[in-house]
Amino acid sequence: MGVRSGIRHALWIAWKDLLDISRNRMGLVMLILMPLFMMGMVGYIFPSNSGMSNVPVALANLDAVQGNASLSTKFVAQLEALNNKTGMMDLSTVGSAADVKSNIQNGQQSAGIIIGSNFTSNLNSGKQADVTIVNDQSNPQTASLIQTQLTQVIEQMGTQTATYGLNQTYKTPLNYSLAQVAPYNIQTTGIVPGQTNYFEFVAPGIMGMVVMMSLMTGLPHAISFEREMGTLDGMLAAPVHRMSILGGKVIAQTTRGMIQGIIVLTLSIVLFGVVVQGSIALILGILLLGVFSLVGLGILITSFTSTEETATMIMMTLTFPMMFLSGVFFPISQMPQFMQVIAQFLPLTYAISALRKVVVLGVGIPAISTDIIILFGFGIVLLSAALLAFERAMKR
Amino acid sequence: MDDIAIKATNLVKKFRDFVAVDHLSFEVKTGEIFGFLGPNGAGKTTTIRMLCTLSGPTQGSATVAGFDIAHQGDRVREHIGLVSEKMIMYDRLTAHENLRLFGELYDIPRNALRERIDELLKVVNMEKWADQQIGTFSTGMKQRINVIRALLNEPEILFLDEPTLGLDPQSTNEIRDFTRRINEDAGTTIILTTHAMAEADVLCDRISIVDYGKIVALDTPSNLKKVITGADTNVIELDVPNITPTLISDIQSLSCTQTVTAEDETHIRVHASGDEACDNVIDTVRSGAGQIRSIHNVEPTLEDVFLYLTGHEVREQVADKVTTQEGHSRHGSRVRSRIR
Ligand SMILES: Nc1ncnc2c1ncn2[C@@H]1O[C@H](COP(=O)(O)OP(=O)(O)OP(=O)(O)O)[C@@H](O)[C@H]1O
Ligand SMILES: [Mg+2]
Repeated sequence: MGVRSGIRHALWIAWKDLLDISRNRMGLVMLILMPLFMMGMVGYIFPSNSGMSNVPVALANLDAVQGNASLSTKFVAQLEALNNKTGMMDLSTVGSAADVKSNIQNGQQSAGIIIGSNFTSNLNSGKQADVTIVNDQSNPQTASLIQTQLTQVIEQMGTQTATYGLNQTYKTPLNYSLAQVAPYNIQTTGIVPGQTNYFEFVAPGIMGMVVMMSLMTGLPHAISFEREMGTLDGMLAAPVHRMSILGGKVIAQTTRGMIQGIIVLTLSIVLFGVVVQGSIALILGILLLGVFSLVGLGILITSFTSTEETATMIMMTLTFPMMFLSGVFFPISQMPQFMQVIAQFLPLTYAISALRKVVVLGVGIPAISTDIIILFGFGIVLLSAALLAFERAMKR
Repeated sequence: MDDIAIKATNLVKKFRDFVAVDHLSFEVKTGEIFGFLGPNGAGKTTTIRMLCTLSGPTQGSATVAGFDIAHQGDRVREHIGLVSEKMIMYDRLTAHENLRLFGELYDIPRNALRERIDELLKVVNMEKWADQQIGTFSTGMKQRINVIRALLNEPEILFLDEPTLGLDPQSTNEIRDFTRRINEDAGTTIILTTHAMAEADVLCDRISIVDYGKIVALDTPSNLKKVITGADTNVIELDVPNITPTLISDIQSLSCTQTVTAEDETHIRVHASGDEACDNVIDTVRSGAGQIRSIHNVEPTLEDVFLYLTGHEVREQVADKVTTQEGHSRHGSRVRSRIR
């Protein structure tokens, strides 16, 4: 029994499972409906920005006029005063617009505020001044949060600035002063062009979740079901390596999961207007890696349970919290500390984080290399444990 | 080829504290049909699972086709075919696809496999149904495919675990004929488990009667029956329309009586020893105002052998497990559960 025949056996077993799946009408309908349902439900229910605090924000004051005469300094002071009350942001000053972007990209900050170079002069000459909010589109909630804060600052400052402007330039016609009541032109720009939308945030998460959950529930089901039906004995009593049986099951379930993942991706693009910034091939690659990282867990559960019912129950208990803790719906940085700690031990967390970076930020492999390494590590450890357990379980 | 197909030495299988197979030792000769006969829970399936390498023995060892089940599992698996209690068939696959899958798992070359499948389908008259999904088949049709599935790799040893369970009399006969033919034509050694006594009687060259995980007797069917006749035990069947429980216990208390079993509302079967056995039984029935419609001294069956050897009946639990089992109507009315 060489490696070649082992692989051939695995492929035949996968062929059998996929044929079986493809002939199960109801199952097929569910296969397609599940991701659709997930997308729709999640997209409409969850967009909210309450309860955020200490969001790290980079602040770049590029105003040409600094010091006492600077209006931007006042603006920043005002912003800080307000923020001290609400505690929503964790402001840190950086030197340039480029710093803001790179800090966001490498995850140091979630958003940035850039005060334009003509801020003071524009205001003094009665024109509109520019303040730009840069946000990480992978976290749309931050953008709307900062916008709200800035609007508040501006509303308070607006009156003062107007008064200030009137005092300074007596001869200015009244309508100029009125224009200065709302003197700031706030633009929101993301790191990449396009609209921020919650779907862009959740789509990668749901994709990762659907694929990996599909495997996690599908695998124990596929194996326990056959064991209960007695058909597994047919394969076990044939000269087929245990690895081939497992391999076949994994191939079939992964294919099924990937199909669902692709459905989510297609729906996100076609129905929900998600723009994929990164490479589709890389996305599929990450999905596969995510699957690899979890396969072991699925097999472990199968090995330790004797019936399909128990296996399914354990799966449900594990997957439900995993779904919430791994940042599918909310950014992990917004979770309580202990949840953040738990999230670090879930492979799904890293898969989703990598997917999100690729889909939303359009990064390549180097930017997600840590996630890739961690996922790979999870896979190796879980799989080794699982194979030992499976070998033992089959001899019961 | 070795003339010993299977050799088991002190096989033990425990499930936690429960001993399902208790120090079984036996040899199966190459080319014979060897029967395991015993009631539910006797340990027949557990033994077969160990021999097929599906389950590891707690103690003891066995060789199958000359290979050790514990250390040469792969070699064992190459030489055996298994028809287990549950059908090894995928309902959503067609008959042909099912056979194809298993053929590929045995690494049978493509062309040879195609021929083999066609040939086997023809033998069981199922060519017409080759491309229909198994799920649409009747139990009998499924079982025919299931049996030929186990023959794909032309096994030297074929395990049949209750192959006629749940089949109607016609399908049962077909499977039995087919079993005999496999044995005669290909010289395949067959291990058959059943609790259908008649089946074991007509098919098996040798039978081991198992009870509580132990072999209580192992011999040819005719020799097994001699256990009874040789021991001077008569098997008497009486037809008493007005039989009462009191009458039965009266017969039971006779010194010559070994066992009394009620077969249905009017028939009882008595194992009794000695020349006066028949007279004594008749006298007892008559003095209890019982009407004897008929009385026979009958040939012992394997069932009688089992009863004689173990002191309890094989069918006690069987009736509620299998409703279509032949002979069921004769015994079905009386189902007691067997408590351990
Ligand atoms: N996996 C298991 N775990 C625990 N007990 C088991 C297991 N498999 C079998 N047993 C027990 O071992 C005993 C023997 O079972 P086995 O299936 O071998 O009997 P059998 O002779 O095949 O009976 P039947 O005629 O019902 O098929 C039974 O009491 C059964 O409950
Ligand atoms: Mg059994």
